[in-house]
Formats: sequence, C-alpha cells, structure tokens
Amino acid sequence: MNETVTSQSRLERILTSGRLAVTSECGPPRGSDPSAVREKGRLIKDHVDAVNVTDNQTAMTRMCSLAACIHLKQEGIEPVLQMVTRDRNRVALQSDILGAASFDIPNMLCLSGDHQSFGDCAQGQNVHDLDSMQLVQTACHMRDQGKFLGGADIKRPPALFVGAAANPFADPFEIRIPRLAKKIACGAQFIQTQCIYNIDKFKAWMHRAVDRGLTERAFIMAGMTPMKSVGMAKYMKTKVPGMDVPDAIIKRLSGVEKKKQAQEGIDICVEHILELSEVPGVAGFHIMAIEWEEKVPEIVERAKLFPRPAIDE
Amino acid sequence: MIIARKKPIEEILSDIAPYDRILILGCNECVTVCEAGGKKEVEVLASALSLYHLNRRDKKTFGEMTLERQCDREYLEEIRPVQDDWDAVLSLACGVGVQFTAETFPKLPLLPGVDTICLGANEDRGLWTERCQACGSCVLAKTAGICPVSRCAKRLLNGPCGGSANGKCELGADTNCAWQLIVDRLKALDRMADYETVAPIKDWSTDRAGGPRTVTREGIQI
Repeated sequence: MNETVTSQSRLERILTSGRLAVTSECGPPRGSDPSAVREKGRLIKDHVDAVNVTDNQTAMTRMCSLAACIHLKQEGIEPVLQMVTRDRNRVALQSDILGAASFDIPNMLCLSGDHQSFGDCAQGQNVHDLDSMQLVQTACHMRDQGKFLGGADIKRPPALFVGAAANPFADPFEIRIPRLAKKIACGAQFIQTQCIYNIDKFKAWMHRAVDRGLTERAFIMAGMTPMKSVGMAKYMKTKVPGMDVPDAIIKRLSGVEKKKQAQEGIDICVEHILELSEVPGVAGFHIMAIEWEEKVPEIVERAKLFPRPAIDE
Repeated sequence: MIIARKKPIEEILSDIAPYDRILILGCNECVTVCEAGGKKEVEVLASALSLYHLNRRDKKTFGEMTLERQCDREYLEEIRPVQDDWDAVLSLACGVGVQFTAETFPKLPLLPGVDTICLGANEDRGLWTERCQACGSCVLAKTAGICPVSRCAKRLLNGPCGGSANGKCELGADTNCAWQLIVDRLKALDRMADYETVAPIKDWSTDRAGGPRTVTREGIQI
C-alpha cells in the first residue's frame, strides 16, 4: 500500500497504519435545523473515525451534504462528504469540491446516486454529466495535477482522500471485481461497500479482490447495517435494489419475539463484524445504522473496535 | 425513427377550442409507422372530433390531409393553396414536423396532436422502444453496440450502478439494465477485457447542452 497520505484525513491515517477503521453515516435532516446533524454526530463521535454525510439519499431533498459536513466538523467530527452525480454537473461538482476543501473537509465519497424517481422530485431532471468513476478521476485530477477539468491551475488544490462505493452483490455478477478494479484504477483510495448480509458471498468477493491485488491499492471497508426488525429485513430483501439478504437472517429475526428483534439485529451485526475482522483485505467497517445512530457505540464496543486510535496531528 | 404517442383527447379538445375550422395534418413517415399520426390516425381523430362537436352542436369543421413528410418544405407546399380555408392546423407529425409547418406558414396557428417520445425501434407489434438520444458523438463502438446514453436511466458511461438486479434496472422490471446488456454482448463477442477500459469524461457539447444543432454538408448545398 502507498504509505504517503494525500490529505489531512484521520481516516486515511488510520487505514494507512493498518488498523481497522470505523466510519458511520449521518443523513442530514429535511429541514434547516443544524441541531439534528450535530446531535447525531455527538452520539457517535467517540466511536468512529469519520462520519459519512449522505447527499440527498434516495433522492429525497435534504439539507445539503456540504453544509452538514461543516456542522459535523465544527463539532470536532471528521466528515466524509458524499457527492452524487445525479444533481450537479461538472461545474457544480468541482465548485463544491473546492468549497469542501476550503473548510478542510478531507474525505469524499463519489457516487452516482439513486434515481430521482425514488424521491420527492420524481418529475425532476437528472444530470449525470459525469459518472461516479469520472467524479473520482475529477477529484484526483484536481488534487494531483492542481488543475480544473478545463485545464486552468487551482490556487490551493483540494487535499482529498477519495473514495467510492462497491456493491459485491449487484448484477451482473461477473463484473463485480472488474468494476472494483476500474474504480481503483480511476483513483479511488478507499471503498465502502453496500450493506453486507450474505457473508459467504462477500468473503468470496473479498477473496477475489485480494487475489487481484486490489487490497494493496485501496482500503476496502465492509458496509454494515443492523436490522431493526424482520419487517426491515424483508423490505431490504425484496424492495431495495442490489441488496442480498439471505433467508437465514430473516428466519433468525422471525424466531424472536417482536420487541427483541432489534436487539437480535444488533447481535447479528456485531457477529458479522467480528467474523469479517478476520477476513484478509477487510480494512475497516462502515456502519450505517439508518436513523438508529444511538446504537453505533454499542456495536463498535461489542465488535472490539473500541477505543478508536488516537492520531497525532 | 422518431416515436410519437397520441396526445390525450382532453388536451386536444382544449387546444382546438378557440378555432372553428381545423385541418388535421398527418405525416407519412415515422408517425405512420408507429401508428400515431399517419393517414389512418388522421381519419380516426377527425371522426372522433366531428362526432364530439356534432353532439355538442358546436360549429366546428375538420379537414383531413396527410403529407409525405412535414419535415420537408417541398411537401409542405401542398398546404399553401388551401391555407386560407382553415383557422388552425392540428399536426400529427413529430415536433419537427409541427415546427417546420409553423415556420412555413407564419400566420397559420399550429397545434401538436402527438407527443414526440424518442428515437426508437419497432420492437414488436404495438411496442416501440428507445435506442438513441442523438448525443452527437456515438459511443457504440466502445459499448458493444448497446447505448448507455439512451438506455441507462443515469446514462452511465462506466456502469452499471449498484441498482442492477437480475438484468433489470432499479426503475423496475419493465426496464432492462443497459449495462447488463452491454456485459452480455461483450461476453458473446469475447471482449470482456474491454469492460475495464474507463470511458473518459464525455464531451456533451454535441448533445442538447451545446444548443440547437446543425449539420452542414457543403458539397450538396445549392
């Protein structure tokens, strides 16, 4: 792995040091009250290395990711700015990258974004001037060449740790590893995966990533989302595109009474993290406890990922 | 060809309300093939509108005419001798035909009778599907002959997104995942290695973003 760091990112330093990193996620509110973001951040601050801030996830209009990142940073929490290519063209994307860099937001995650038909502006246009891989290239170009896509020099180029997402379970199956390789070739330094429930399939994917040497070139963080109920598990299995929820998970959650299902979901999540911590190539965990941030500390502690390492500035 | 769909009758009734003498103008090209605006559709629409207004005792008259093409001035000239007989033209051509007719007859009100949908193919009886968005810079050589610009809802040049499942788009079972089709064809052509070539950032200035597009071929200009 390349030992030189490209940013002031604490996440990058922890991953580069070879320790398992932990990130979590904060969805900005559907309103302008900053306390919602700050409160979510405070709940998980001591248990994670950085917090992803989603960018109008599921195409529902929310407080912008960059503003929410700034709120978190002011709370002393390191943000990961998520950026989707759905809503902004290359002018706006580059502009927002500079805006983030002006606040020294050190991490960004490049995504294409859910289709707008899932959200509250189903009649809106989508942009997709760039795709997620081209956004990775753009961010790296701005950082490494110190230039805009248009060719002009950038005064104080953005120092970024650039990531992308991967879904080990989506179709077509045969391009899962080539697609990961492509994102890393574009410059992705870290990868956060889709929520993992099918452990065997994930391990097979990871094994092939290691075999191809991809884990030498990028840090792969396993995505984890605890199930709150059997209803959620069934919904994820049948309604969420690209999600692989084995029947065994549904059966296990169904086997406990309703009020204990949430705890069972947490237990499953902790067991999965403990198991995947031993899998070669897994560099950390991205714990997405959707509107359930208060459970992140328990998961991190029980999964033996606490305390988080201190990083010298 | 250009694929169009008949406009809802309520919209047509509302649009023609101010006029008494209306010429329904079909086009013998694409809209005939996709059964939205040819001679047959002109007849059916004229009958329906006549009957509707007869029942309401409205004094509206409807004429019928179908041109070889409405996107060609030569054929549009057939209207000139009768243009004063009509208060408005309800054109069943695509948006190109409607506009070209309007440009040719500046004082004749023009109304669209169809919605222009896409550039597509005659996939099956009664089924027309999109294949091209005229981005002005064809990528099909790189994508095994399947267009991600027109067939991926996110026009991903380096797809698929994470929402592809069982060959279908995250939009639903009615939509094939363009990138599944591309991968299937790359496999069939024994070109899977090509998948890992990163498609560069596209120049969209040849697309709609660059403003109205023009093709000039000097050798054949008069």
